[in-house]
Formats: sequence, structure tokens, C-alpha cells
Amino acid sequence: MTTFQINGRDVTVSVEDDTPLLWVVRDELGLVGSKFGCGVAQCGACTMHLDGQPVRACVTPVSDVAGRKVTTIEGISGSVADAVRDAWVKLDVVQCGYCQSGQVMSAVALLAESPAPSDADIDTAMSGNICRCNTYQRIRTAIHDAATTLKG
Amino acid sequence: MLGPVDLSRLPSFSETRRAVGARAALPLDRRSFVRLALGTGAGLVIGGLIESVPAGAEAAAASNAYDGVFTPFVRISPDNVVTVLIKHQDMGQGVTTGLSTLVADELDADWAQVVPEFSPANVALYKNFAFGVQGTGGSTAISNSFEQYRKAGAAARSMIVQAAAKRWGVAADSIKVSKGVVTSGAHSATFGDLAQEAAAVPVPADPTLKTPDQFTYIGKSFPRLDSKAKTTGARLYTQDVQLPGMLVATLARPARFGGVVKSVDDTAARAVKGVVDVVTTSRGVAVLATSTYPAIRARELLKITWDDAKADMRGTDALVAEYQKLADTPGVVAKAGDAEAALAKADRVIEASYVFPYLAHAPMEPMNCVAQFKDGRATLWTASQLQTVDQAVTAAIFGIKPEDVTINTLWAGGSFGRRGTYDADYIAETAEIVKVTGRGEPIKLVWTREDDIKGGYYRPVYVHKVRVGLDKDGAILGWHHRIVGQSIVSGTMFESALVKDGVDGTSVEGVSDTPYAIPNMHVELHSTTVGVRPLWWRSVGHTHTAYVMETMIDEVAAAGGKDPVEFRLALLAKHPRHTSVLKLAAEKAGWGTPAPEGVFRGVAVHESFKSFVAEVAEVRLVDGKPKVERVVAAVDCGLAVNADNIRSQVEGGVGFGLGAVLHGKVTLKDGVVEQGNFDSYEVLRINEMPRVEVHIVPSAEAPTGIGEPGVPPVGPAVANAISAGTGQRVRVLPFDVGLKLG
Ligand code: FES
Ligand code: FES
Repeated sequence: MTTFQINGRDVTVSVEDDTPLLWVVRDELGLVGSKFGCGVAQCGACTMHLDGQPVRACVTPVSDVAGRKVTTIEGISGSVADAVRDAWVKLDVVQCGYCQSGQVMSAVALLAESPAPSDADIDTAMSGNICRCNTYQRIRTAIHDAATTLKG
Repeated sequence: MLGPVDLSRLPSFSETRRAVGARAALPLDRRSFVRLALGTGAGLVIGGLIESVPAGAEAAAASNAYDGVFTPFVRISPDNVVTVLIKHQDMGQGVTTGLSTLVADELDADWAQVVPEFSPANVALYKNFAFGVQGTGGSTAISNSFEQYRKAGAAARSMIVQAAAKRWGVAADSIKVSKGVVTSGAHSATFGDLAQEAAAVPVPADPTLKTPDQFTYIGKSFPRLDSKAKTTGARLYTQDVQLPGMLVATLARPARFGGVVKSVDDTAARAVKGVVDVVTTSRGVAVLATSTYPAIRARELLKITWDDAKADMRGTDALVAEYQKLADTPGVVAKAGDAEAALAKADRVIEASYVFPYLAHAPMEPMNCVAQFKDGRATLWTASQLQTVDQAVTAAIFGIKPEDVTINTLWAGGSFGRRGTYDADYIAETAEIVKVTGRGEPIKLVWTREDDIKGGYYRPVYVHKVRVGLDKDGAILGWHHRIVGQSIVSGTMFESALVKDGVDGTSVEGVSDTPYAIPNMHVELHSTTVGVRPLWWRSVGHTHTAYVMETMIDEVAAAGGKDPVEFRLALLAKHPRHTSVLKLAAEKAGWGTPAPEGVFRGVAVHESFKSFVAEVAEVRLVDGKPKVERVVAAVDCGLAVNADNIRSQVEGGVGFGLGAVLHGKVTLKDGVVEQGNFDSYEVLRINEMPRVEVHIVPSAEAPTGIGEPGVPPVGPAVANAISAGTGQRVRVLPFDVGLKLG
């Protein structure tokens, strides 16, 4: 039994302690916006925020999040998230879209930490998120665009 | 392998192609569609965009209610929604937006009222004219549908106009349609208002199409229809399908291609909480569980003994060595020319041998499929890319007719060719598990990333050996070219169409049909047999042929002291479309002006899928290591249906091709794949993504492919830049292996 908060709601799940958070959220809680891409913290498709910090849910045992706050792509909100999503839509970043939940979660975390990131900052923060459609150029532009919006 | 599947059930590629030659015969006949929709349950027409998955195999009861069907491609509901049925798979290339555009334009719909929906699997209504079966690939989605979808929109518009004329008692030519609103004098109505009456009008066989100057959407850049759902997590993929009672399966496959299960001890696996069954199929050992993680975890606990008697035990080193020997012996002639005589007379001969590795597609969403068998009918939920093949293979496994297989096509998390398998591999795996277990619940088979990287269906290993003879001024006298590698289509339903006189066209495309004015060119092919299953990989043969042709031409230009762009232009005098993209890319990249300090330029131009792309790469060498900073691409893909989508596809293609030449490789040791996940099978990440500029040549020609043609030129353009900077010609791919640093 593990109790934690997800997108502002308290939940208790009864799964093995070592079950990765990703599978708990997808299969037990039915929130399937966070994706499985590698299972070994290599691709970022499963990125969630744990107490505001981006984590790879595929390698985070559910026991690690007991009593903590998890936010998924379904629950991320606020001005940074809005600016990121608006920029993504405005620039038509997506192709297949499968990586994009993770890209959005990583981009929101980056901008929350660093409101005016350089290309090098973006490379550092986003290089854990693979996009096999290679939408990287638009991701980079969209992050700058969102930063401009936030500066207001 | 195919096992029980009898592919003779499928229409042969060439036969069907002949049959659809009479295109006028393809009916915009809505009655047959209504039957289809009701027969499979109208509720099963997939509603990807409403982000729900059609539930269960139970057909919705037929009713007499208005069904909104205008043609097999258009439905209009009383609430004013125009649904466009998309016969192609959308794996990110944006075809749902593209085909919706064609309908919306001819229909004069408002863009905001258009909703795409994947069509059912039905070869009679939804075949790809380039294949003769329903399916997506070869960058044909827009080109083969261009007229068909425009006609569907125009037919629906004509029906609406006739209904309005009748209702208002006015002449049809007094009626105007704009942005989904129909007017005549004081009369005004929306499509939704008129839908029911309009749907009753007979479908016109040959509606008038717009001329290009009348287009309102086609040719403009406008937003994708799927951006929003893909940034909120709302978009559902096969991986996300959850159905009542559904079980999740993983499959343990042999480590060596061709291995089979000898014995299995599943005691530990069965003890994992959530595991409900372990079964052996002809393809491996399947673990079934109530959710995903136990299925993945329990599979690791299986103790399986494999029988490798029929397995391919070779490693890639041995394979390449064999190929290199073969490259010194005569092969099947793909293009005949008297190269030997010309080479004998040459002042100088440049000789080069190239090695290309196996490549996995590694789409972001690993393979997966949900299948159910109930009451004699099979239902699939999957990102089907060759629906007709998937239907036939599934039908054969269950011993039912293809029409008794319903496919709910879902959005694909990438493909790059991987989902378009000639043997429906992962779908067949799922169907077989369903059959062996005899369960009526839906079963979702999931692949892990390791399954994907180790699973075969690769871009095959190829070896090229080229000898080019030059005269003393550096002009080409003769060109001798041998290619060695597996045929992608041999033994498949595509063989009869694509293999001619023993030559698989996909192995030599881009070489034997080169546009360069090369005298005495001779091309031969050795098609090899290996246990590793080959498959088309974004841009197919052009992945290796463009690299060889474009680096060799560059080398020849350098040998004669000529400018690479000028040298190419001289050999392309009869090819205006190659010439125009090459000139445009060179001009936009500032070819001929000094590059920034420490940066070197390289160029390549290549035609694939009837589109023409030139790319100039700017590469900075940092301690001898290449960093690609900028790629300038010029593209001619005929009429640009959606310029922004073309740019997006080329940007993505450049990144995809670049990742492969820099890092991509699958290697085998004693028949076992050595890579497993993205740590060992490296792909491009954002820190290596160059700035990409895409310039589109204006054209009124029919639209051609764009999903793939951006890929082939990037590798050779970068290689040529590296050579300009270091003098080194990289001929063993990827650069991680073939480029010597410092
Ligand atoms: S699935 Fe978690 S990082 Fe790839
Ligand atoms: S959009 Fe397809 S993997 Fe990123």
C-alpha cells in the first residue's frame, strides 16, 4: 500500500513496492498521457513532476513517492504550462506526438527553473527526451517562444 | 515467420494495380459504404479524435437513423461537423491534416468544422492506388489520394448545392458556398442544416474540381488538426487502449533469428502477482497478466531452452566479410554498360567500398496490438499501416474471412516503415496468443524497447563496391557498381511488383536510375539470404544508395579539381528539377561564399519518391569531431499542399537521417543482437540537432512524397563536408565507427 498525491488528489494503491510509478499511474490510475518509451530512463517519454522536479517515472519505484506530490501531463497547469502548450500548438511542434507529453513536462520544468534559457540550457535540460520524429528544432523554438510569452 | 498464413489469399500487387487502372470504376457509391459501416457496427468506425476507443466487438445495432454519409470519405452531421474518413495511417507525417485539407477545400468547408477519423479496413473502398491494397508507405499518401479526396469533397459540395436549390426553389448556379455556409439571395443555411436532404441526393460520378487559383486551403500553411491533443496527453495510442477484462501480454522471443522454443520452465513467472497464464506459441512464450508491469517482470523469470538448429548463427562481422568477397564477383545485372572497357582506358580509377549497418526503426511507441476473437469475428485495435495485409494474416490465423476482421486503426507513435510489415508480424503474434489461449477477452501485446531493437525487421546491411574511371581532365569515362545485401521484398507479397529479372528494385534504386549523365555505367546486385528479417526503413534503398552516389560524385569532382555544385549541375543538364533544387539550396546556403571560421560545407542532391531534395550541410570540426550546425534544404515535391507540414517533414527527415549516419547501428555477435535500448542504439538527441532551413520550389505539378525524401541527402552532405574539412572519406557507417578522429 502506497499513498501519494496525484494531480492534487490523494490516492492509495496496493501494488508491489518496486512497481515503477509509470505503470501505477497508467494501469492502476488510468492516466495514460505519460508514455512508455524505454523503461530505463533513456528517453523521457514518461516524465512526470515529483514535488515539482522532473523525474523518469519508468525507473521511480512507487514506494519512493509515498507522501509526495506527483504531477502528470494531465494535471500540469499554470502560466508556464499554458505558455508551453500554446507555443507547441502555435508552432505545430508535434508529429506522431508520442514523445510530446514528456517533452512538455521537461520544458515546463526547465522554464519554471530558468525563465530565459539559452540554446545550451535547452540542450542540457531536454537532451534526456528523445523524439524519433526529430521535432527538436521546433521544440527549441517553442521553448524560446514560451519564455517570451512568460516575460510578458 | 509467416507460418500458417497463406498470402495467396491476398490480391497480388500487380493484378490489383491493373484492376484499379480503371479508376472511374471506383465508385463514390455511398450505399456500399453504408452497408460496410452498419455491417461492422457504425460505432466501430474509429473515433480517434474524440479520444475514446471503440469498445468491444459487439456491432452496433443497425438503425434507420440518418447516418450522415455522403461518400466513403465524407460524413456530415446535423450538428454541422464534417468528418473526413482517412484511409491512411497517420504516424506523425500529418496525413490526417493533409487529406482533410483536400476535402475541406473542394467542399468549401470551414476549417474549424472538419474532423478527421480513420477509415475502416476495406480494400474495395480504401485501397492505396500505388499498392492495390489498403496501406500507407512509400510517401504515397497524398499523391495517391490527391484527386480522390478532392473529388469526395467536390461531390459532397455538389450534393449540398442541389439540396439547397431544391429546398429554396432557386437555380443551383445562384448558390454560393463559403466556409461551410450556403447562400442564395436572402437564403442561408449551414451544411448541418442541409445535411439530411443533401445526403439523399445521388452522388455525382464526376464532380467538377477547382482549378488551383480557386484553392482556399490547398497550398497554404495552416495548423495541424492534432497539435492540441498531442500536448495535453489526450491523444490515445494503441499502448493506451484499456478495455474491460483486457489482459496484457509480453512475448519471449528467441535470441537468435530462426530459433524455436524447446522447453520452458514457467514456475517463477507464474508466481508473479497479476500473472494469469503462460503459453507457448509458434513464435515464443507469452506471459499474460492483468496489467503491464507483471507481464514485463514475469517474462524475465521464464527459463526457456531454445532450439537454435535452424537459427542464423552468423555475426555481422562475418556477414560483412562475406559480402565484401561477394562484391568482387559478378552479380545479377541491374543496369548494363561497358564499364570494364572504359575503366581499362581510364587515366585514373577511383575505387571505393562502403559498408552500411543494420538499422532499427525505433519508433517512439514500441510495437503493440490489441486483439479479440469472439463469435467468429476478430477485432484489432492497432496502428495498422497495411490494413489489407493485417486483415488477411489475422483471418488466416483464426480461419475466418478477411472481412470478418475489423481493424480499429489508431494513431501511431511513429513508424518509419516499421508498422508496414509484409507479414503483419506483431499483429500475427497477438492473434496467435489469442488463439492459443482460447480466451474471449481482448489481449494487448506490448513490446518493450529491447524487443524493438532486438526484433529484426531492420534496414539491411549493404556493401557497395564502386570503381569510377576518369580521363586526364577528370571527366567520367565509366562507372562500375556492385551492391550486396538482402532483398527487402523477396518472398513477400510485394515481390512480383518490385523484383524484376532477379533484381529487387529497392536494393538498387538511386543507383541504377541515377540522373547523372554517366557514360558506360554498369550496376550489379547480389541479393543475400540471412535469418535477420529485413524491412523498408524511412526512404528504403535511398538510405544507402544516395550516400554512395553523392559521396562518390563528390570525390570525382574533387579529383578533377571541380566545384561540387558546378560539377553536379554539368551532369544534370537534362534534369531541371534536380537542377533547380540544387541551385536553390546552394544559393540559400551561401555556397561559394566563405563559411564561418572552422566550418565546412558539403552538398548532396537526390530524388526519391518522385520528389527532389538538395541539402547543404555546414559542419564544424571540434577536435576532429563533427558537429552539424546548419542544414539548408531545397525541396520540389510538386504542388505544396501544406508548406508548413512539408518543412516539418524535412526538418524531421534531416534529424532522422543524421542520427543514423552519426550513430545508428545494430550488430550481431554469433547471431545475437548486441544492442538493446537507447543507451546502446543511439539516436539523435536535441543537442545534436542542427538548424534546418527548408525552401520549397513553387510547383504546379501533382504533389509527390515528402515523408521520406528529406532523409537521403543529409548523410552524404555531412560526409562531404567532413571530407572538405579533413580529406577523410567516410565509407563505413555509422561515423561513430567509420570516422577516424584527429
Ligand atoms: S520510458 Fe521512462 S525514460 Fe523512457
Ligand atoms: S513527435 Fe514523434 S517521437 Fe516526438
